[in-house]
Amino acid sequence: MKIRKNIAVSENGFIFNPLTGDSFSVNQSGAFVLRKLKEGESEEKIMKMLQEEYDLDGYTAEKDLNDFLSLLKSYQLTEND
Amino acid sequence: MTRRKITVGVTGLNNIDSPGPGIPVIRALKESTAFDARIVGFSYETLEPGIYMHDLVDKVYQLPLPTAGSSTLMERMRYIAGIDKIDVIIPNFDAELHNFIKIQQELKSELGIATFLPSREEFEERQKSELNKFGDKYDVRVPESHMINQLTELKKLEETMDYPLVIKGRYYDAYVASNYEQACSYFYKIVAKWGYPVIVQEFVTGIEVNVTAIGDGKGTCIGAVPMRKLYITDKGKAWSGISLEDDKLMEISRRVIEKSRWRGGCELEFIKTKKDEYYLLEMNPRFPAWVYLANGCGQNHPEALVKMALGETVEPFESYKSGKMFIRYSYDMIVDISEFEKISTTGEM
Repeated sequence: MKIRKNIAVSENGFIFNPLTGDSFSVNQSGAFVLRKLKEGESEEKIMKMLQEEYDLDGYTAEKDLNDFLSLLKSYQLTEND
Repeated sequence: MTRRKITVGVTGLNNIDSPGPGIPVIRALKESTAFDARIVGFSYETLEPGIYMHDLVDKVYQLPLPTAGSSTLMERMRYIAGIDKIDVIIPNFDAELHNFIKIQQELKSELGIATFLPSREEFEERQKSELNKFGDKYDVRVPESHMINQLTELKKLEETMDYPLVIKGRYYDAYVASNYEQACSYFYKIVAKWGYPVIVQEFVTGIEVNVTAIGDGKGTCIGAVPMRKLYITDKGKAWSGISLEDDKLMEISRRVIEKSRWRGGCELEFIKTKKDEYYLLEMNPRFPAWVYLANGCGQNHPEALVKMALGETVEPFESYKSGKMFIRYSYDMIVDISEFEKISTTGEM
């Protein structure tokens, strides 16, 4: 999954989608995932990084990441690979 | 660069909760890099706030109501031109455009006042009542629309159309009806206010996105900026909005402006569905009240219109900034009764 090219993500986790005019705020872990997605990291790798960064077990990291990714998709913030 | 001195006449000074485009047009002209614009405001009512905005409007004249007809308007223009030399007029009300289109040649040849308006045919073909034909002609999706004069026609439409339906006046007002009873009450409400016919339209769900645009009348879209309303008043007007970056919407808008050879400013109102389809709801034949956002995004449409009215060639704008917002506010001016008296009794100030 990739973040749409023209989506702007600020340092403090503010997202602006210029296609729809929607804006969102994400917390620190959300901003972490977005940053990694923007850098082109794979979901698998992001999950591992999330586990390490926030000291999570594999199950929680996978669940949280998947929830977050489906949220991004539902708000039209992503495009398919 | 020295800015050319110019006098521009502008209507639509009603900067209220359903604002006219006059003040935003004036603000854009005041920020023009090409012109040092002196503004002559034209009003219809004595409480239009623009009349009293002396930092924006240099002189004001009352105009006869559009129902008085084009010859009364021309007569008034002769009087005004005898006092103030006006170079260009930008009319900003749908209801007055008919008259201005009719007298545009006379204005130019007799009084030397330029305008930049669509032809009568272009103006007529984008009327709400002609939307289906307009959609077919310019290859743009439009909601199914029917004009009715009596409720039996609505009953007949129920056989092929489902509720909710939008019940619209020919020029203004629109209500969403969820059943026949509601539709009837809106039908009568609209007839009482705007007369026949009433438009019954398919209700398309999605996000409303609007485009302010300007065409040169020769098939080129000079500029276009899309906006999504963020805050809507109970009159359905945008109190806040944000410029978008939407290539598909831009492509459709340019196509409509170019194919229809639109001359002047306009607003295209679309609904974007969940399937990313764009339905054109209306094409308004003048700048919208939020046209100042275009200026904020890097496209000064009123300035471009004045240049074209003066016969100058304008290169199309190539870009604009997305993510620019406008946020309206209300502001009360303190005005002495003597000013109100002057505009009320003499019709000018």
